[in-house]
Amino acid sequence: MSHILEAHDIVKQYATHRALDGVSLSVPKGCIFGLLGPNGAGKTSLIRIITQITAPDEGYVLFDGQRLNPNHIQEIGYLPEERGLYKKMKVGEQLLYLAQLKGLSEREAMDKLKVWVKKFDIKTWWTKSIEDLSKGMQQKVQFVATVMHEPKLIILDEPFSGFDPINANLIKDEIIELRERGTTIIFSTHRMESVEELCDHIALVNKSRIILNGSKKDIKNQFKENSYSVRYHGSLGELSPDFELITTKDTGDGVHQATIRIVEDATVNKLVANLINQVELVSFHENIPSFNDIFIKAVGSDVPDESK
Amino acid sequence: MKNIFLVLKREYLVRVRKKSFIVMTFLTPILIAAFYGIIVWAAVGSFKSEHKTIQVIDESGLFKDKFKSDKNTTFELISGPVATVQKQLKGKEDNLLVHIPADIMSRPNGLQIYAEKNIGPMLKNRIEKVVQQGLRNIKLSKAGITQQVIEDANQDVDAQTYSLDDEGKSQSSSTMAAYVAGYAAAFLLYIFILVYGAGVMQGVMEEKSNRIIEVIISSVKPFHLMLGKILGVAAVGLTQFVLWGVLTFGVSSATQTLFGFNRFTATEEVMKKQAEQADPEVKKEMEKQQNNTLQTIENFSKSAQSLPLAKIFFCFLFYFLGGYLLYSSLYAAIGASVENQQEAGQFTFPIMLPIIAAIVFAQLAINQPDGSLAFWTSMIPFTSPVVMMARIPFGVPAWEIALSMALLVLGFVGTTWIAARIYRIGILMYGKKVNYKELSKWLFYKG
Repeated sequence: MSHILEAHDIVKQYATHRALDGVSLSVPKGCIFGLLGPNGAGKTSLIRIITQITAPDEGYVLFDGQRLNPNHIQEIGYLPEERGLYKKMKVGEQLLYLAQLKGLSEREAMDKLKVWVKKFDIKTWWTKSIEDLSKGMQQKVQFVATVMHEPKLIILDEPFSGFDPINANLIKDEIIELRERGTTIIFSTHRMESVEELCDHIALVNKSRIILNGSKKDIKNQFKENSYSVRYHGSLGELSPDFELITTKDTGDGVHQATIRIVEDATVNKLVANLINQVELVSFHENIPSFNDIFIKAVGSDVPDESK
Repeated sequence: MKNIFLVLKREYLVRVRKKSFIVMTFLTPILIAAFYGIIVWAAVGSFKSEHKTIQVIDESGLFKDKFKSDKNTTFELISGPVATVQKQLKGKEDNLLVHIPADIMSRPNGLQIYAEKNIGPMLKNRIEKVVQQGLRNIKLSKAGITQQVIEDANQDVDAQTYSLDDEGKSQSSSTMAAYVAGYAAAFLLYIFILVYGAGVMQGVMEEKSNRIIEVIISSVKPFHLMLGKILGVAAVGLTQFVLWGVLTFGVSSATQTLFGFNRFTATEEVMKKQAEQADPEVKKEMEKQQNNTLQTIENFSKSAQSLPLAKIFFCFLFYFLGGYLLYSSLYAAIGASVENQQEAGQFTFPIMLPIIAAIVFAQLAINQPDGSLAFWTSMIPFTSPVVMMARIPFGVPAWEIALSMALLVLGFVGTTWIAARIYRIGILMYGKKVNYKELSKWLFYKG
């Protein structure tokens, strides 16, 4: 799979603080890439290097196979976490201005905007000042400003903050549609349920370094603990040493729930065989770790770097 | 380049469409015209004064027929104790009492004027002058000088000044015209730099506090954004300047056609009114004065024409742009480094100091346009725009102007370079109180 973006050993040093410390990262084309990490981990510094707001002290970035250069500005759309528009400017003028800064001619911008205006139902706001719009409306305008020039790469920093559930869904559908059209989306957020729902790949940044990077499936597998949830009638006695009973609890109506981990080489079949001898099974499924768990676990177990 | 232009265009259109800009641009010339109109109207109107009756108690007996009544004033010589007449003055607003004590010759300060209201300086002067002249004539006659000699001695002197032009021909010049032009140009420049420099700072701060800055500089280089903004605001300033010029000219010529007078006849009118109510002796004096004034005005307008107007205009544009670029880039750097107006204050003060100093130096330079202070302050880029504009109407050697302009260009390239380096770091810096040490570090950060 080819990559839209490759970062190689990026180092960014601020006066007393190393914001990025040898960060390498590959973003496959046409995916939704979750860029996760606790506050202050270095996500924004990395995004600012990709958007060419700042330059790295060491390392380099390839965009679509080429060294990142000013021509790529048009190919990238960026929605910063801190939203902002010119408050006194009219919606239409503002969108046209931002589109032209991204290299569109006024006419092209107008044509592209027509589609978005219809889609987001913002025609009636065209001549209104930004400050007269509600926060949600402003966010929509800013989202349009981010994507209207049809960039190859879109970077969204907390895109759902400030949206009500209806509008959040609207934006989510747009993100999925953009991916279907081949756009790559880098998606930075703290909301793990949307990571779960949308992202194909994730990278986890902590303390200026990437501590986790890969496809959603691989990462989930990596964090799987081979544990299974079993619900059953009856009572569970001793299990063979291949299995470790972690918890049991009574969920009412004579149904019990147990979490069992398979140790070493045993198979799922063996566990099931072991269980059906003792109890009446109600359900049986593998425990897949949520990104929330993975996040907490990975960040929590990351040893503090003393070299800083 | 294209982006600089886009930023410039937005900056220009947004500012030009602001209500405050439109109001300021169109109201100012009207206000100036109205102000002038009110002055003329008040000056013409104020001399339609009411009739005054002036009672004179002359205990010295020296001024029997020195006070001459005219249309608006009646002098009455009366006798009687001062206290009684004083009482009678009560309630008579238009009456005055002049008391000349018997020993006026030895004690000229003894002259007393009583009135219910304060009396105007014109009238006071007139009475004093009569007494003063009377006393002088008496004293001079006593010293053996005849009336004839006294009148002969009253000579007026008014120097005509000439400046020699390059071909050695003398040209009538009035230092007054150069003085006015120099001061006006310097002051206008000073105001423009302050107002529009602060405008740039406001704009930058707005972008930063709006947080739109991050969106913009992911499309535009910070330096291009800063430059576009500065040039856009400069274009607004030039637009305002040109509109003021056109409108002031338009409004004043409209007023002239409407009311059928021009500035000079208005002045004449005022003087005629003044002269009308004066007594014949004073009238003669006034007419002389009036002729002098008219002469001065004529000289002034003639010499104003002799000023190198095209040169002044060109230099004004150059020094406006240069001075503005020099200061506005610094203002932009401040706007980028701070988060609110209060914080901005501590940084704007050191920038305003040289501008304020410049207007002070300009005033000194006008009085001594060729002095060494004038020379040096018109070379240093921080003061040169304002000071040089004050000197140019008096005539400045070409090499001095060229050197000053070259230094100014170097100056603004330098400040723009420094400002750009602070700006690019500052605009993305939030939640950090900056100080000078911090700012100086930013200069050496890598992009």
